Amino acid sequence: MLNRRVFMRTVFVAGIAVVAGMAAPQQAAAANEKLRIGFVGVTSGPAAAWGISNVRSMQTRAAWINATGGVKIGEKTYDVDIVTFDDQKDPKRAIAGMEKMAQEKIHYVVGPNVDDGAAAVRPVAEQNNIIYFPYAFPKSLYVKPASNAVLGMVANYQSGPAIYKYLKDKKGVKKIAFVCANESDPLSQRDGGVEAAKALGLEIVSSNVTYQVDTTDFTPVLTPVVSKKPDLLVLSGVAPANAPQLIRAARELGYKGLMSAETAQDANVLKEGAGDLANGFISVGGASTPEIASDTMKEFVARYTKMFGEYNDESNTKVYALEYILETLKTNPKAINDVAEFKKTMDTFSAPNPYMKGDAKLKYVGMTSFGQKRQVAVPMVVNEYKNGKFATLFIAEVD
Amino acid sequence: MEQIIANGLYLGAQYALIALGLTLIFALMNVLNFAHGQMYVIGGFVTYTVYAQIGMPFIVGVLASGATLAVVGALVQKFLFGPVIRKSMREESTMLLAAGIAFFLDAVILLLFGEKQRGVPKIVNGIFNYNDFTIVMPYDRILVGALAILAIAAFILYMQYSKTGRAMRALAQDKVAAQLMGVNVEHYSIIGFALGAMLAGVVGGLLVTITGINLGMGGPTSIKAFMMVMIGGAGVISGAIAGGFILGMLESIGLSVLASYGDITYLVIFASLMVFLAIRPQGLMGKPWG
Repeated sequence: MLNRRVFMRTVFVAGIAVVAGMAAPQQAAAANEKLRIGFVGVTSGPAAAWGISNVRSMQTRAAWINATGGVKIGEKTYDVDIVTFDDQKDPKRAIAGMEKMAQEKIHYVVGPNVDDGAAAVRPVAEQNNIIYFPYAFPKSLYVKPASNAVLGMVANYQSGPAIYKYLKDKKGVKKIAFVCANESDPLSQRDGGVEAAKALGLEIVSSNVTYQVDTTDFTPVLTPVVSKKPDLLVLSGVAPANAPQLIRAARELGYKGLMSAETAQDANVLKEGAGDLANGFISVGGASTPEIASDTMKEFVARYTKMFGEYNDESNTKVYALEYILETLKTNPKAINDVAEFKKTMDTFSAPNPYMKGDAKLKYVGMTSFGQKRQVAVPMVVNEYKNGKFATLFIAEVD
Repeated sequence: MEQIIANGLYLGAQYALIALGLTLIFALMNVLNFAHGQMYVIGGFVTYTVYAQIGMPFIVGVLASGATLAVVGALVQKFLFGPVIRKSMREESTMLLAAGIAFFLDAVILLLFGEKQRGVPKIVNGIFNYNDFTIVMPYDRILVGALAILAIAAFILYMQYSKTGRAMRALAQDKVAAQLMGVNVEHYSIIGFALGAMLAGVVGGLLVTITGINLGMGGPTSIKAFMMVMIGGAGVISGAIAGGFILGMLESIGLSVLASYGDITYLVIFASLMVFLAIRPQGLMGKPWG
């Protein structure tokens, strides 16, 4: 009996020692206070690709920061903790996600990924002092009296005119056609594109052909569009999952003109889905083309790839939101719990852009489009796909 | 118009193959398999992995898709649907289980294969171009369409002439009578579910060469399959084939003829389907009594 008791005590003490031993390094690593940044967006279902590249970009950057000692804001050093919520592309869930962030006293949130979700969370964000970075284009989110949303990318009404003008001047485009999915984001992007094309004096030969979001075979969809023989076929708001199929269907129907999109795409997805047929496809990217990527960007890509097995080119743009939040907080540490201070800092904020070569700056822009600085200045890199890779066609800036 | 008909025939062949597995499972067990689309997606990803990632021949990828889904289907029937059907008299129990399996498979697909759209190299290059683009059809579509028709024919022959096929048809017609004649219900239910899931896997493997595959394709594929089954008649194999070709043709004609009115093709199809079902709820070839 005594032996049993001794044995049990030994096991208990050994167990405590093992648990303590395991906990010790974690305690050492957890010495930094946590800075929690939220994500509310779509990470499951048909549109999962939109949000997953967001979340993974944030998680990669956070892990990198934490592994190198954390981020110093004022006198304190923080570990970055990403709190995620999958809104399943449902506005009701997006509201629930933003309410969760409010309950957890999180003041800075990346997302949502789509127009209706971003519009739905606005009251919750404003009532609970949350600054959020949507990937949605409605101007009402960013013009006064709205003030808590910061556009996390370049909007189509900013990139579209630049692309059409470039193609009109350099490639002699005269006739243009638009095709898009029948849902709010792509439809509004198509309408913006049509207006921009009209303003440039281009002839719009087709703009009312749309497709169901779940379409898998685009040959019947594109048959009437291709018959109009446009010089440029714009795939408005096209999801990365659909772009290769649309390109392939158009080419197989004998379309010889140019094709473009104002959304970010993934080179590997284009390569697998359309192969050489995607050569010449023009889209908007971020900052990882060899001409402009800094060593930091290259390391980000390497860390992302190591962490998740495969890089997603959409993250070239999505790497920026977290960086902007942290750099703005570093500039004004009082903003960590006070979004009014954050807003104040946005007007004058400037920091080196770590992801681009040269002296590019992180700064808030949007004066022309929104009348106030409610957009992150990500480089508007217009890419051309060629043999499995993107090459930079031209770079522009949003003011 | 020639192009529209060619598009419709191709779509019809692939849709018919998708609907076959669904209608087989419904005929045998009265189960509406909401996870049919997810099984199709897994089939696509298996072929992608075997053909594009590992580099084995395409046909091996399609066979691997069929075999994988046959095993998944057999397990699902043996350990999930079988016990539920035995224990519950309520039909909604199997419907809820099927919906749960669909969500579960979506999560598994995301974990195993990721969120990205995947595609494979073309199995045949080149385009059939008749009369200077009057009819255009890439050779890979022609091949896949032909393989789909071949698979449909093989399936019909198997169901018509094999012992297993006859047993399954007997089960579908009258379960009690089949049991009295010595048909092992549990055994053939497992085979039937495996066969239905295998068809979903095969068509997923075939179509990955044309449409690619992604996580989000499961739900919409199931919905289309249900539409075809409703048009043709639930549980009737010839009905599923007819439903597939009718839907394919309607889609092709609608997307071309109605293009100038916006995206109203499916609105028109759904409205027509409602009217049709109000007049003939059992579908084209279904029987009013089940």
